[in-house]
Amino acid sequence: MNALALYGRYIVTSLRAQAQYPTATLMLTAGHCAATSIEILCVFALFHRFGSVGGWSFGEAALFYALVNIMFSLADLLSRGFEVFGTDFVRTGAFDRVLLRPRAAALQLAGYEVRLSRLGRLIQASVVLFFATNLVPITWDAQAVAIALWAVAGGIALFMGIMVLQATLAFWTVDSLEIMNVLSYGGVQAAQYPLNIYAAWFRRVLTFGLPLACVAYYPVLAILRRPDPLGAPDWLLPLAPIAGFAFLALSFLAWRAGMARYASTGS
Amino acid sequence: MTTQAVRPYLAAFRARFLLVLQYRAAALAGFATQLWWGAIRILVFAAFYGVNAAAAPIGLTDVVTYVWLGQALLALQPWLADPEVGQAVRSGGVGYDRLRPLDAYGYWYVRTVGWMLARALPRAVLMVLAAAIVLPLVGLGDWAWRPPSGVTAALLFIPAFILMTMLAAAVLMLANIIVAASLNERGVNAVLAPLVIVFSGSLLPLDFYPDAWRPFLHVQPLAGLVDIPFRIYFADLTGNAALRGLALQAGWTVVLIALGRFAMERMMRRLEMQGG
Amino acid sequence: MPQILVEALAKTYRVAERAPGLTGAMRGLVRRRWREVHALADVSFSLEAGELLAFIGPNGAGKSTTVKILSGILRPSSGRVEVDGLVPYEDRVRHVARIGVVFGQRSQLWWDLPVIDGFDLLADIYRVDPERYRRRRDELVAMLRLEPLLDQPVRQLSLGQRMRAEFAAALLHDPAILFLDEPTIGLDAPSKLAVRDFVRRLNREQGVTVLLTTHDMHDVEALAERVIVIGQGRLLTDGPFESLRASVLAERRLHIDFAGTAPELGIPGVTVRARTERSLELAFDPAKIPTPKLIADITARHAVDDIHVDEPAIEEVIARFYDLHDAGEA
Repeated sequence: MNALALYGRYIVTSLRAQAQYPTATLMLTAGHCAATSIEILCVFALFHRFGSVGGWSFGEAALFYALVNIMFSLADLLSRGFEVFGTDFVRTGAFDRVLLRPRAAALQLAGYEVRLSRLGRLIQASVVLFFATNLVPITWDAQAVAIALWAVAGGIALFMGIMVLQATLAFWTVDSLEIMNVLSYGGVQAAQYPLNIYAAWFRRVLTFGLPLACVAYYPVLAILRRPDPLGAPDWLLPLAPIAGFAFLALSFLAWRAGMARYASTGS
Repeated sequence: MTTQAVRPYLAAFRARFLLVLQYRAAALAGFATQLWWGAIRILVFAAFYGVNAAAAPIGLTDVVTYVWLGQALLALQPWLADPEVGQAVRSGGVGYDRLRPLDAYGYWYVRTVGWMLARALPRAVLMVLAAAIVLPLVGLGDWAWRPPSGVTAALLFIPAFILMTMLAAAVLMLANIIVAASLNERGVNAVLAPLVIVFSGSLLPLDFYPDAWRPFLHVQPLAGLVDIPFRIYFADLTGNAALRGLALQAGWTVVLIALGRFAMERMMRRLEMQGG
Repeated sequence: MPQILVEALAKTYRVAERAPGLTGAMRGLVRRRWREVHALADVSFSLEAGELLAFIGPNGAGKSTTVKILSGILRPSSGRVEVDGLVPYEDRVRHVARIGVVFGQRSQLWWDLPVIDGFDLLADIYRVDPERYRRRRDELVAMLRLEPLLDQPVRQLSLGQRMRAEFAAALLHDPAILFLDEPTIGLDAPSKLAVRDFVRRLNREQGVTVLLTTHDMHDVEALAERVIVIGQGRLLTDGPFESLRASVLAERRLHIDFAGTAPELGIPGVTVRARTERSLELAFDPAKIPTPKLIADITARHAVDDIHVDEPAIEEVIARFYDLHDAGEA
């Protein structure tokens, strides 16, 4: 069974395990939806009070918010194995068993525990997307949809890259570190607002360091057919999500280094 | 309070501190995360203030202090019901048949307060160092955590802080008891954290929400967890308004403690009747 | 050509030193000191296909480290390892497809999944041909009597049941080599017997090469002809267990219940190990004093109710061996 088919198998297995507890899964999903919804409440309250920011209306900002949350929720759904790698695999020695299977370790971790409850964030983001479409309004023609899908793909790659880095750290520190949440959850927090509102130094971090701008800001500009207030060329806007994939590739390089270290120091 | 009563808490605190030092990477990482969190929220506020500062109900420097205070005292927020407390209460319910329910509630209440304070203290100290001392030193004084605005504010903050802790413990106790009674930890936690984060003022100072919501927001019980004490700190609530705020905190604390005791007594009665 | 070849295997770790107490912990924040731990030093041995080898040694001796290196999880500091023509840690994916590993008390099966579903998933992971998988699975289920357990989630099984399922899981892909790391630990007596019986059949009837690490000397007694003892990272002995016993503790024990009070025997070369009012436990070297002669001597001079002869327990032999080689727990 090839890698992709096995990945599908892992996902189905995980979902079936959760289907054994339907009420609990439903409640967790609802809870996650409620917990993540408070962020849009915050965005709304601020826009309601201050009027606008960075030249954006609430509806437009909501589009930024919705897309970032969609891409993060999907990445979150698929990367639990990396998120808990330190505590559930390295600390317990369970990673040894992963290594004893004739498959790439990353594949096994990606297929570990696909938590349906994370769709709670996706649900509220979709609702926000619906409202944003009506508020602005946004025309979802083929081009806009294509850019959105491409951006979400790049965003999923970016956030998965962050999770892979988080797992890689565990090779050195054993426990999963909170600090990587700064990049993943902190990244969502920062990117749910249009990035041009931030000071220059922060924007540069979010473009070249952690390329959130490339998956969450430039493509959205292209969808809204607005030129970048900061002067990035128009042709760049739809192409930017590729940075997410580049980031993921780099993360895997670090991951390989981490695996090599594990092989020489054990658990 | 005798030294004997305090000793377990001191010991727990010391053990906690040692544990924290042991996992130095994790400890520093957790703190760095909070710093970052505070920074992002401040950057967002700064962006909005830059556009239309007049629309804001509180000045930017005060909002900055609000954010840092919130991060420092995060451990005092009743976000998650602790299933272990619920379990222990349930299993200990039968054993307490000789004691009045007050003792069980009182015991767990004090433990909760101690636990919250023990977790809050190290982070608060680090946050003071970073946000109140280091930031001004590197020239970012505008973004620093300011000391209380004046002697009155500082003095009023003391009871506000105490009440804030007591209120938080009362909320958490109630949540734990509901969890213990219904065995539904997930349901309670799903609802508790978002409710607390929004209505305490953790997410946004309550005055930032639409004006129409103000009357309700200012009197609901959770306001005393963050919004009221912090606004007393930087003198946004002064004089009679401050005293009203303290009264609100105290009043809700009493109500929630009473509710908690009542719920616990009923639950334990029910356990006794079932045979525990 | 040996199936498993280990030559001059060495593994050294660097471990951070931590001073105790609050000040030590604070100092540890600023500067760390390292010391070297030699988990393995100059270990060499080889295994032919179909052999069964028991690996014993005190805690921390390096048994698990050896198994981890042989399975490809750990990279040695120096030395040469070859399993079935592959270097384990360099060819991980190809190598692990050919071996099975069972860790005592730990299950690789998915906690919430029924046993059979776990087996099916493993078949996909190991890319086993469906026809071969079905045959092998049915064979193992029959051998290990797993039929009634197949539909139950693993979390509902007892430890003994879980370990039986674990053995099946490790063999579904038909590996030629099986590594067992403390497989009987924590099991009740019937389960231990079942496991030993299964391993013996696997090795004798199906020719699976087995390398077993254990603390339980009865595992050794039941299964292994060849034994390697590891102490503090060094290989202390490699050979049949009987030679080990003979070289360390060539002793017989004589337990005598006397009709009257236990006498002072005063026989040279015979040590009195224990004495109660009416019985004695004696130790002697059968090479120097033949057993029948000693029994005849004693019964001729004293009234005896009962006698029985045995050898020192394996644990005693091993403990004495560790002592002799100063191999105690690191």
